[in-house]
Amino acid sequence: MSGAFSVVGERLPRVDAMDQTMGKTQYVDDMTLPGMLVGRHLTSIHAHARILSIDTSRAEALVGVHAVITGADLPITYGILPISQDEHALAVGRVRYVGEPVAAVAAINPEIAEQALALIDVSYEPLDEVVTLEQALETDHPMLHGDGLGQNVHRSAALEFGDVEEGFARADYVREDVFFFGGNTHAALETHVALASYSQTGKLTLWSSTQVPHYVHRTLEKVLELPAGRIRVIATAIGGGFGGKTDPFSHELTAAKLSMVTGRPVKINLSREEVFYAHRGRHPVLMWVKTGFENNGQITSMHFKTFLDGGAYSSYGVASLYYTGALQTTTYRIPNYRFEGLRVFTNKPPCGPKRGHGTPQPRFGLECHLDKAAADLGLDPVTIRQVNAVEPFSTTVNHLRITSCALVECIDKVVEASDFTVKRGRLPSGRGVGLAVGAYMSGAGLPIYFNDMPQSEVQIKIDRGGGVTVYSMATDIGQGSTTMLATVVAEALGLEPRDINMVIADTDLTPVDLGSYSSRVTFMAGNAAVTAGAKIRSRVVQAVADELGVDPAQVVTKGGRVGVSGDLDRCVTWAEAVRLAIAATGPLVESGGYTAPKLAGTFRGAGVGISPAYSYSACVVEVDCAADTGLVKVERVWLAHDIGRALNPLLTEGQVEGGVYMGLGEALYEEHTFRGGLHRGPSLLDYKIPTALDMPPVETFLVESDDPEGPLGAKEVGQGPLLPVIPAVANAIHDALGVRIDEVPITPQKIVAALRNVSRGRPGRIGPETIPDFEFSRLTRVEPPEGFVTP
Amino acid sequence: MADHILDFDVNGENRRLLVTDQRTLLEVLREDLVLTGTKHGCDVGECGACTVLVDDRPVLSCLVIARQVEGSSVRTVEGLAIDGAPDLLQEAFAELGAAQCGYCTPGMLLSARALLDDNPEPTTDEIREGLAGNLCRCTGYIKIFEAVELAASRDHDR
Repeated sequence: MSGAFSVVGERLPRVDAMDQTMGKTQYVDDMTLPGMLVGRHLTSIHAHARILSIDTSRAEALVGVHAVITGADLPITYGILPISQDEHALAVGRVRYVGEPVAAVAAINPEIAEQALALIDVSYEPLDEVVTLEQALETDHPMLHGDGLGQNVHRSAALEFGDVEEGFARADYVREDVFFFGGNTHAALETHVALASYSQTGKLTLWSSTQVPHYVHRTLEKVLELPAGRIRVIATAIGGGFGGKTDPFSHELTAAKLSMVTGRPVKINLSREEVFYAHRGRHPVLMWVKTGFENNGQITSMHFKTFLDGGAYSSYGVASLYYTGALQTTTYRIPNYRFEGLRVFTNKPPCGPKRGHGTPQPRFGLECHLDKAAADLGLDPVTIRQVNAVEPFSTTVNHLRITSCALVECIDKVVEASDFTVKRGRLPSGRGVGLAVGAYMSGAGLPIYFNDMPQSEVQIKIDRGGGVTVYSMATDIGQGSTTMLATVVAEALGLEPRDINMVIADTDLTPVDLGSYSSRVTFMAGNAAVTAGAKIRSRVVQAVADELGVDPAQVVTKGGRVGVSGDLDRCVTWAEAVRLAIAATGPLVESGGYTAPKLAGTFRGAGVGISPAYSYSACVVEVDCAADTGLVKVERVWLAHDIGRALNPLLTEGQVEGGVYMGLGEALYEEHTFRGGLHRGPSLLDYKIPTALDMPPVETFLVESDDPEGPLGAKEVGQGPLLPVIPAVANAIHDALGVRIDEVPITPQKIVAALRNVSRGRPGRIGPETIPDFEFSRLTRVEPPEGFVTP
Repeated sequence: MADHILDFDVNGENRRLLVTDQRTLLEVLREDLVLTGTKHGCDVGECGACTVLVDDRPVLSCLVIARQVEGSSVRTVEGLAIDGAPDLLQEAFAELGAAQCGYCTPGMLLSARALLDDNPEPTTDEIREGLAGNLCRCTGYIKIFEAVELAASRDHDR
């Protein structure tokens, strides 16, 4: 099949690779504008306090300070989700976490800006701090959002598909487990930076390291009360995102406001410490799962409960909550399924979406739970997964449409390559292997705000000299979306990706793409580009066919030429072909749009989890654990990923390797921890991300299932491969040492404690024992979709 | 806070400028000389993004007081190419996908250059050791290791 392509499937470098390695890529912080001022935030020193007064007069009097603003200057609330607009750019009346921005200054240099911050007098009245899930569910603490005392429940969800009790009743074996997933953060190497410039003509331009220029555009419009047409948002090169630059942030709004106030450009560069507070990272999740099985391993019923510690604000929280319950069914046929979830507010930095958004936590629990069940049933980890694996082109009990699915092939690949079946249970003590799988969306099926417009639009404009320029708002956060777009357009036109000029992520110049989140760009922007490319191609081909007097069906575009298939002499150059097309039919400008099919059911929460396609991954991890120290060395990782089609295997492999890396960090090292409301280590020294010394070899297998709706068959790869890595590590540690660490990160201390338990005759398990006694109300019962076949 | 004349070489060119006591080498490079290829990720010596070579040794430029490089020779990513020809490492990093977001790349390249200058045929473990101070959040380092190995082998064949 790949023989049908000329550039798709080739291991080509990123189109901007040489700029990157020559140091020429321009990130926001590399920009300087004439008259530019430096902006800085004063941040809260309290986790929870009332703001009694803010006196900025001393700061304003400092020579070199051009403006000081507070919450009073930006009173309009915002938030990424229309249903939870609970943030202020600068705190109004109350602070809810240490590090929350309270005031902002613009000054002629960083030193004066810092001095000015020290001259702002804020009078606080500390309030009772709510920092744990348990505290959030007690009734005698102040409510973070609201007045008086009460529970700090943000949102709860309770959905049942099929009949869970009936499913448990017919099970041969039922098992319950409790797991905890520690919160962690993105830690992109580039800190968040925004540069705003408000012109004399009343036009605001914001350059920002954002994954979502379109949503930032909408937020600026709302909070600054400017017409959208007077705001231009440009996402420059972005030094890593991973979901951490997917919300509109305070500094984007304060930089803009400060520029409007001062009439000068203002740049705000968050410090590394501030990035830890801006956060929006992985929610800590406590979970409970109960599953019924037949003796052959087939699942009869599942009940999953999740408790998310959301931090101080909503962010993507409602979506995050539903995501912890949505995708369990995409890998296993679960005939009856109940999900109950709860997100609470606490006085900590807000959690949000990080690579895998809300799904790595339940995936960890589910995959460990399955291994335990398999052991009790006398089955091996491979069999229990094969027995339950979803079928391609099926529908899940919670109304998710599955199209292409190579889950079983992925399992087979890694099991075979790793000798899993031979090694498991047979390696020397301290060594072990673990298996897990996962699935992820190729783009959220719905946009964040309700609308019927395309989720992605791409334009292509052809110059009379043959130059091809592609316009798209998709942001390249390192995942290679710009190269992906150049590749699919080059494929259509018979050119090389490096021949294509890319204009990216500029709200004045490029048509809307919703942004780089939910692994949506290849599928959605890719499809839009395929459509636009086909229109250009068709016009060029028709013009050349007319010129050569042949049928258009005989004309091919290849190697910079357009001509008759199989007759190399009868062709014109691309540039000549373009001139023929423009002469024949006018300006050679075309566009394409992508709108996902309508897939959402009618029940509350049905919008989360739907996607035009799902990627599948399977992973085997081999570990070597030291029983005396609890140190875990990951020896090797095998990961197979059903990508539909690898448009560029070099780049997609890089996404797999990066996902494995991030998964290993979450499994073994990384956790946001707090003492009261105070972050224990908001620095890259204290927050341990894996170094070059920690990374094992990874064997990647790209499985091509050729998705019928994907662009040239492709699906996502940015997020899915992370999912199985974390439980595979936990399962490998169990194989190595016989202990179960049912919470991540799996630190040496936990392993040593579990082994000590064993030596004292107690169960070798470390993890939570119970879940809060929370009464989920309003259970929504949903009939399985029409035609759903109970296994 | 006193001002001092700083006289040093950057990428083979002599530079003279006035710096304060507290000015770091990173600030001088990025802000005074507009050599923005060198990145900052933390400003406190934890991430390696600001790595440059001072007299051929890798240093974290955010931790170096500018006055300390008086009379020294500094090399940044902009100075890796020789007579316009990219360094073998720059080509190999591009070719093998060793840069994703690209933010750690300049620092990583300088550390790798210092490693290869010191040890032209490093083992994978020596590469890991040589790059241990440079954090990358995108690649899992694998394609970076491969790129350093490729550059080393091309240098050997030359």
